[in-house]
Amino acid sequence: MDLNYSTEDLAFRAEVRAFLDAKLPQDLSDAVRLGRGLGKEGHDRWHSILNEQGWLAPTWPEEYGGCGWNAVQRHIFEEECCRAHAPRIVPFGLTMLAPVLQKFGSDEQRAHFLPKILSGEHWWCQGYSEPGAGSDLASLRTRAVRDGDHYVVNGQKTWTTLGQYANWIFCLVRTDPDAKQQEGISFLLIDMDTPGIEVRPIILLDGTHEVNEVWFTDVRVPVENLVGEENKGWTYAKYLLTHERTNIAGVGFSQAGLDAVKRLARQQIHRGRPLIENPHFAARLARAEIDLMAMATTNLRIISAAAQGQAPGVESSMLKVKGTEIRQEINDLARRAAGAYALPFAAEALAGDNSALAPPEGSDTVAAQYFNNRKLSIFGGSNEIQKNIIAKVSLGGRT
Amino acid sequence: MNFQLTDERQMLQDSLRRFLADRYTVAARTEAIADPSGYSPAIWTQLADLGVLGALLPEAVGGYGGAGFDIATVFEELGRAGVVEPVLDSAVLCGALLCGPGDAQPSPRDREYLERLVAGDLQLAFAHGEPTSRYERTWVETTATGDGQDVVLTGRKTVVVNAEAAELLIVSAREGGASGDRDGLSLFLVDPQAAGVRMQGSALLAGGRAAEVELDGVHLPHSARLGTAGGAATRIETALAAAEVALAAETLGAMETATRLTMDYLTTRQQFGRPIGTFQALQHRVAEMLIEVEQARSAVINAAGHLEDTPQTRDRHVAAARNLIGRTGRHIAEEAIQLHGGIAMTAEYELAHIAKRIVMAEHRFGDADTQMERFIDLSAA
Ligand SMILES: Cc1cc2nc3c(=O)[nH]c(=O)nc-3n(C[C@H](O)[C@H](O)[C@H](O)COP(=O)(O)OP(=O)(O)OC[C@H]3O[C@@H](n4cnc5c(N)ncnc54)[C@H](O)[C@@H]3O)c2cc1C
Ligand SMILES: Cc1cc2nc3c(=O)[nH]c(=O)nc-3n(C[C@H](O)[C@H](O)[C@H](O)COP(=O)(O)OP(=O)(O)OC[C@H]3O[C@@H](n4cnc5c(N)ncnc54)[C@H](O)[C@@H]3O)c2cc1C
Repeated sequence: MDLNYSTEDLAFRAEVRAFLDAKLPQDLSDAVRLGRGLGKEGHDRWHSILNEQGWLAPTWPEEYGGCGWNAVQRHIFEEECCRAHAPRIVPFGLTMLAPVLQKFGSDEQRAHFLPKILSGEHWWCQGYSEPGAGSDLASLRTRAVRDGDHYVVNGQKTWTTLGQYANWIFCLVRTDPDAKQQEGISFLLIDMDTPGIEVRPIILLDGTHEVNEVWFTDVRVPVENLVGEENKGWTYAKYLLTHERTNIAGVGFSQAGLDAVKRLARQQIHRGRPLIENPHFAARLARAEIDLMAMATTNLRIISAAAQGQAPGVESSMLKVKGTEIRQEINDLARRAAGAYALPFAAEALAGDNSALAPPEGSDTVAAQYFNNRKLSIFGGSNEIQKNIIAKVSLGGRT
Repeated sequence: MNFQLTDERQMLQDSLRRFLADRYTVAARTEAIADPSGYSPAIWTQLADLGVLGALLPEAVGGYGGAGFDIATVFEELGRAGVVEPVLDSAVLCGALLCGPGDAQPSPRDREYLERLVAGDLQLAFAHGEPTSRYERTWVETTATGDGQDVVLTGRKTVVVNAEAAELLIVSAREGGASGDRDGLSLFLVDPQAAGVRMQGSALLAGGRAAEVELDGVHLPHSARLGTAGGAATRIETALAAAEVALAAETLGAMETATRLTMDYLTTRQQFGRPIGTFQALQHRVAEMLIEVEQARSAVINAAGHLEDTPQTRDRHVAAARNLIGRTGRHIAEEAIQLHGGIAMTAEYELAHIAKRIVMAEHRFGDADTQMERFIDLSAA
């Protein structure tokens, strides 16, 4: 056992830190730190800075333009990015679709799509969920019917994150309605400029427009946009989901979140002293930090096993459950720290920075983030579904 | 023992519940939230006509209630329907401030305000919290100093709910003593249009509006004082106790709605070919929610039943109720969202609003931790 990073790892960390110091735009890190939206432009800007550096695709093999980092380096990179309040990289193209294309796509698809993911020309979104198909994804109903060298797609996807910015969507569609549920599904790449596609916003409870409904009416998709084989989409979908669950523990986000709570709790005054000195608040904070310390090590243990070639099993489900619980608890602490300042609606936050009546920095978005992050335990396979997996795998052979 | 409501309260509860079920639809509430005043003036008038505002104040000042159980009965219904109208701030909090703590009769001027309040044609706001007060009820740094004939107010008040709609603000300020002292606190009626008052308003996450209020050398006549100079602490504590009973009951009502919506959803939502309510993992969680709602109901009954007790006993029960509801409320709001899945996160779904009401209630007058500290202090005494 050695809990220390190697000298190479430490040098790598220093290199990442120097890059972030030099290249991360202040306005973007401020927006992330204060919990404000970035907009498409903000995401695009950071995307291209990372692409220029060649650090956009830590998980890709080098032959496609990946960084060639090992699991520990990827972890260090993520940790440093969170610490510096770098924008989150939108994962749909880079870490979800790309691995599927790399493994199951045709040479033409790889040559055409992968460079456009890196350049940012294509912004992808994920068309999996439907109104009737959430946890039970295999019950999806969106139909694709072969008509010459096209598929004609009809149906509705929902919860499509940042679909309003996307120009491409990867979809699960039903190509054989008579087959058993999982067997009649195909994986299609669809240009969102195709006639017959309509994107409708869904406003979440914190007032943000983050997800959408996507409607398909007689949308014609060229057959060359089918990934792999017809009716084998479920295999690719599951493969993608294992990648969706990378960095699921969100240790870096939790650490950054904990720092933000501490900053706020130092500013807030309770009985003439900083809130952070209040024993009950301090106890809650300590408990979250203790949980996070243990989870960070669980995460590293799994990463290190993966680096030695062991495929993670139920551990990724465990990380998802614990990681989201800790992040949500930290969000809860942040709103508590803000006290009455948590009440105002962030979307209409009080005044600009130059107003004497502005709320303490960072306090105006904490409640909105608390509510928004309820999603963490719902999406990417809800925590209940993860627990079902853990129990099934663990008890499976015994009952 | 008798846990039945009196006939009058039962009638009030029934008629209010019916009114809100008919009139306080999601669309009506959305409209109220979007109104520049932060509430619906039409609904406000109707609530007054139904007797809701009068039920919150004692007969001596023109009301027909004002006891803990009157307040709890009304607010459980307001919470059940997710009402955003400023009944708590205008009627309970400011109403109680105008009434005085019991040993003092309201002046003719204050009586007139109370009558207008009961009739539904007066909006008020209590400007009390400050950047450094964090839920401490006597932590007031705003000063009221004498300047010849006048009193001059200087300070800043934070997140003053209903401030923009209010015809008058009731402002707490210090005429003596140090931050945190009970002695030296006074209350003043302040016209928000007065010179030196500056406001910056914003919508609240769970509906309604509030403002940051700056008092920059606001000149008032001595007659603007409410009650005695330097002796307002008891008045403030009495009013806050009533407001906390109201808030606890409101949250209870909202918890009931969240639980009901969840049960409805679990029996209709199909995944894996069956209603998700057939999964035992979810059934047990609903059972826990139902157990917590009953605990919350008892806590509200305890607090409401002790509102007229000695301050020590009263506050101990109030703090207990608010701590318990702070804890169980969070649990129920989060569970209700989780068991619904994505749909609960959408702004237009009823539960989203109800869950926000429940959670944000904790940010008024003291969160669960603060209430626990209060309970410990009061129990040790
Ligand atoms: C903010 C947000 C962003 C999203 N982004 C995307 C996206 O970009 N693309 C996309 O395709 N999807 C996206 N989703 C959809 C997400 O994957 C689904 O919400 C999720 O799969 C859950 O489905 P559901 O909401 O229909 O809930 P349901 O499946 O209806 O579940 C409701 C409740 O029942 C529980 N439950 C269901 N089945 C079981 C069971 N067998 N045992 C025990 N409990 C069970 C669930 O855990 C949950 O608590 C997003 C969702 C949200 C909220
Ligand atoms: C100190 C003590 C004194 C007792 N005194 C008496 C007595 O005087 N007379 C008498 O007749 N009995 C008595 N009992 C027995 C007692 O009633 C049983 O222990 C009880 O009914 C549980 O049965 P079990 O211990 O066989 O557990 P099991 O029934 O085997 O249950 C084991 C676990 O599985 C859970 N479980 C079982 N079924 C379900 C389900 N459908 N869904 C979810 N979870 C489930 C249980 O909740 C428990 O957690 C006593 C027990 C104890 C410990």
